[in-house]
Amino acid sequence: MDFPLLTVIVFTPIVSGLLILLIPGERKTEIRIAALAAATFALLLSLGAYIIYDRSLGGYQFVQIFTWIPQLGISYHVGVDGMSLPLVLLTGIVIFTGVLISWGIDDRPREFFAFLFVLASGVFGVFVSLDLFQLFFFYEIAVFPMYLLIAIWGWQVTREYAAMKLTLYLFIGSLVALVGGLAMYYTSGLGTFDLLALQEAGFSTAFQRLWFPFVFFGFAVLGGIFPFHNWSPDGHVAAPTAVSMFHAGVLMKLGAFAALRVGFMLLPEGARFWSPLILGLATVNVVYGAFIAMVQTDFKYVIGFSSVSHMGLVMLGFATLNREGLTGAGLQMFSHGVMTALFFAVVGVVYDRAHTRDIPKLGGFSKVMPLVAVAFIVGGLASMGMPGFSGFIAEFPIFMGLWKAQPVVALIAALGIVITAAYIMRVVGRVFFGKMPAEMEGHISRETALDRIALGVLAGILILVGVVPSVMAPLVASGADAVVRLLGGA
Amino acid sequence: MEFLLTHLLSLILFTPVAGAVVVMMLPREQARLVRWVTLWVSLIPLALSLLLWTHFQAEAPGFQFEEKAVWYEAVHSSYHLGVDGISVTMVLLTTLLTPLAILISWSIRQNLRAYMALFLLLETGMLGVFLALDLLLFFVFWEIGLVPMYFLINQWGSEHGEREIGGGQKVPARNYASFKFLIYTMAGSLGLLLAIQMIGSATGTFDLEEITLRWSTLSESLTLLGLPITLPIGTVKAIAFWAFVVAFAIKVPVWPFHTWLPDAHTEAPTAGSMILAGVLLKLGAYGFLRLVLPLYPAEARSFAGVLALLATLAIILGAFASWGQDDFKRLVAYSSVNHMGFVVLGIAAAAYARGTLAAADAVIAVNGAVLQMFNHGLSAAGMFLLVGVLYDRTHTRNLKDYGGLFPLAPIYGGILLFTAMASLGLPGLNGFISEFMVVRGTWPIFTVFTAVSMIGLLITGASILKGLKMVLHGPLNPKWAGHSLEINGREVVAMTPLMILCLAIGVWPAWIVSVINSTVLRLIP
Repeated sequence: MDFPLLTVIVFTPIVSGLLILLIPGERKTEIRIAALAAATFALLLSLGAYIIYDRSLGGYQFVQIFTWIPQLGISYHVGVDGMSLPLVLLTGIVIFTGVLISWGIDDRPREFFAFLFVLASGVFGVFVSLDLFQLFFFYEIAVFPMYLLIAIWGWQVTREYAAMKLTLYLFIGSLVALVGGLAMYYTSGLGTFDLLALQEAGFSTAFQRLWFPFVFFGFAVLGGIFPFHNWSPDGHVAAPTAVSMFHAGVLMKLGAFAALRVGFMLLPEGARFWSPLILGLATVNVVYGAFIAMVQTDFKYVIGFSSVSHMGLVMLGFATLNREGLTGAGLQMFSHGVMTALFFAVVGVVYDRAHTRDIPKLGGFSKVMPLVAVAFIVGGLASMGMPGFSGFIAEFPIFMGLWKAQPVVALIAALGIVITAAYIMRVVGRVFFGKMPAEMEGHISRETALDRIALGVLAGILILVGVVPSVMAPLVASGADAVVRLLGGA
Repeated sequence: MEFLLTHLLSLILFTPVAGAVVVMMLPREQARLVRWVTLWVSLIPLALSLLLWTHFQAEAPGFQFEEKAVWYEAVHSSYHLGVDGISVTMVLLTTLLTPLAILISWSIRQNLRAYMALFLLLETGMLGVFLALDLLLFFVFWEIGLVPMYFLINQWGSEHGEREIGGGQKVPARNYASFKFLIYTMAGSLGLLLAIQMIGSATGTFDLEEITLRWSTLSESLTLLGLPITLPIGTVKAIAFWAFVVAFAIKVPVWPFHTWLPDAHTEAPTAGSMILAGVLLKLGAYGFLRLVLPLYPAEARSFAGVLALLATLAIILGAFASWGQDDFKRLVAYSSVNHMGFVVLGIAAAAYARGTLAAADAVIAVNGAVLQMFNHGLSAAGMFLLVGVLYDRTHTRNLKDYGGLFPLAPIYGGILLFTAMASLGLPGLNGFISEFMVVRGTWPIFTVFTAVSMIGLLITGASILKGLKMVLHGPLNPKWAGHSLEINGREVVAMTPLMILCLAIGVWPAWIVSVINSTVLRLIP
């Protein structure tokens, strides 16, 4: 297979974005259709990669390598394995549904979609990167459009503040990680940024223990690890719907994934040393995030903090350092990505019509948009780990892994599940059932057909993976095996 | 036919879900179409389970109609189904009650498709629990059964009534009842989940047959990575035992974990109550029989006395509580607590006497317990059906609002008398057989508890007769004079299979007891 599949996947969005910029600004319908076409293309390509990947072979596939800046040992090196391929697919799904949800954007849709596609390219790039410099390069490409997207198209009340906070947090995080990355580059003596080479570099234990926190926490800021999660809820809330979908659905996975690829896989001794701390902090994510979600009155903040809580589960899975935990973490990244994209899409649909996100002011929405209510309930059930949905398929191995690693953490984190059930039920009951406030009666229109497609795709995936876990679990398990091997087998 | 027989269980299991999808696609305005399609779809699993029953070989050991397929390899869980004498009885009960419940739901107007689809989904959940031979699969279906019931109570439950929750806030009674049901049961399920995870961790598989083989010989401790503490296997087993017990105790419900039941049963729509009392409660008892007794014989033995005490309390207090009710539906709900108490008493006896000289008595007790599960399914469903019939016409459940209705609804009265007598345990009807077997079996093992629980039998009689008296006898309540309260043909058709079975089992129980007995003999060595 000599077709540069991954390169096409990575660069199609940004190229499409640039082409979209050539369309005259007033031709909004053409812009939207072009964006949808490009997003559909990205989805089909990532789906194709997902299906063609040879599961029995495992390892990195669709690999391509070109020298880029040989003097510095930087190459263009791409490939996917069991951990990154679901995330590539996730990005395709989220960009597709995100474009559908953003059909109604009327203020400069051309620039909006162009920046969104730059973001998508950056994200794809990080997931497929097998060169450390390249990974950072695409990481920055993913972060900087966030500032513009939130500051220009976001919620007027907090958008500048949220955009600035988000970007600063993420840049500083990436700087810290870069310092760690450079330390590895210089110390390895290999003169290369290639991840596969650095995996064999044989860094000393002391080196690994010193630099792991730099790399891990630098990237995990984007993953939302406590106590560096603070940018996330504000960023989620201020962003326009599709950007929130991307942000929670994909970007936070980017951080966790980079922490895995660069932290765990290159500095396994450091990972082992620091895992108790990560377990502790991630537990705080899960439980504290859930409690905070429970007391929010803004619908979007509930979902934002729910993301913080669920990303905690991902990092718990990583920190178990065993096969089950890592498999669960990989599945959770995908499952939560889809689930949270669905949540934010629903929030967007409701907000567009109600013009408020204040939960006490909402109610009775299931009468006007029953399918949206069902989609949200599906997402809600997945989020509390209800069997039959992907959330359970993801959370179960994480807990299995936790039992092996640190049973006390399993017990405490289980509390998070109960709290999640409570706040999900609360939000569903208040927003979708009960009585619709009198001012809103008759003013709430039904969801559009495009909304329905987006929500249907997202809900369908949550059910599919939940009922037939074999479409994803074995693939992720093979990726987890590779990580476990680097960790020295656990 | 070959395919049918080798995949019979999967077909029974998934037809309802497939039916639910079909129902959701029917045109919304065609209510008649939706009802009849759902009814016909629900008859398919019934026909298949009758086929299952006829082909089931009671004397053959182990599980039959086994199916195994890859499901979630990454955690060593497979799609493994199978039936034995106990589960085949429960499958029959479930597939019988669901069409009857659907038949009773003719008066539902709002969101009919969703209502019907939820019922079918619920059926799959319940069947899955009875058919699963993989712990994780068991758990998945256990949880799947919760969500449809939550929505059925929440959205289609009784429209009147309010409950006060913390802070003086008032919520509709059905919201309160459904939320309590969900959270209570889920809390129990959480422990179940953690225990299942522990077992999976310790044995490396979730397959029930493999676990049963390995579990008793498991002797190495569960080690914790990086910590100098190891959990001795005894502790692991004890924790898992209690987690299982609590989860199942909530579902059965064992006193004092029963407080979700009266509210949930009362506020649920009629068909919901039928299924809740008829089948859902049996899931808990089934869990005890399928999982707790085989996996934890030693722990169960030490706990058996406590369990018997709680069962006795359920029998007595449930009966008294039922006697004191003014709400007809709540009266029947509490009688469920009483009846399930007998089931638990039988199970407690089995836990205690397994492998001892009294094992033969324990076998009788468990036979009685399983039969009671089936019988109570029939009589409770019947009673709730009849309560619903009256409610549909009078729009009240308060016994004081009735009085002397026999002449106004003679056929209804006759059927109510019959079903009430089955519920009460009149000799000649099914309730007597199962309760007698439980008492006969537990008497040598837990003499005091059994003797004391006879009080419960007496008071049950009192409460049932009270219900009958206040509804049917006495002076005619002038409010209803001239009204037509008679039961209609459709409702009679729904009651008929229940009544026939009540009589048939009461007069000649061998056809069902023999199936149960051969499995129980292997369960209780």
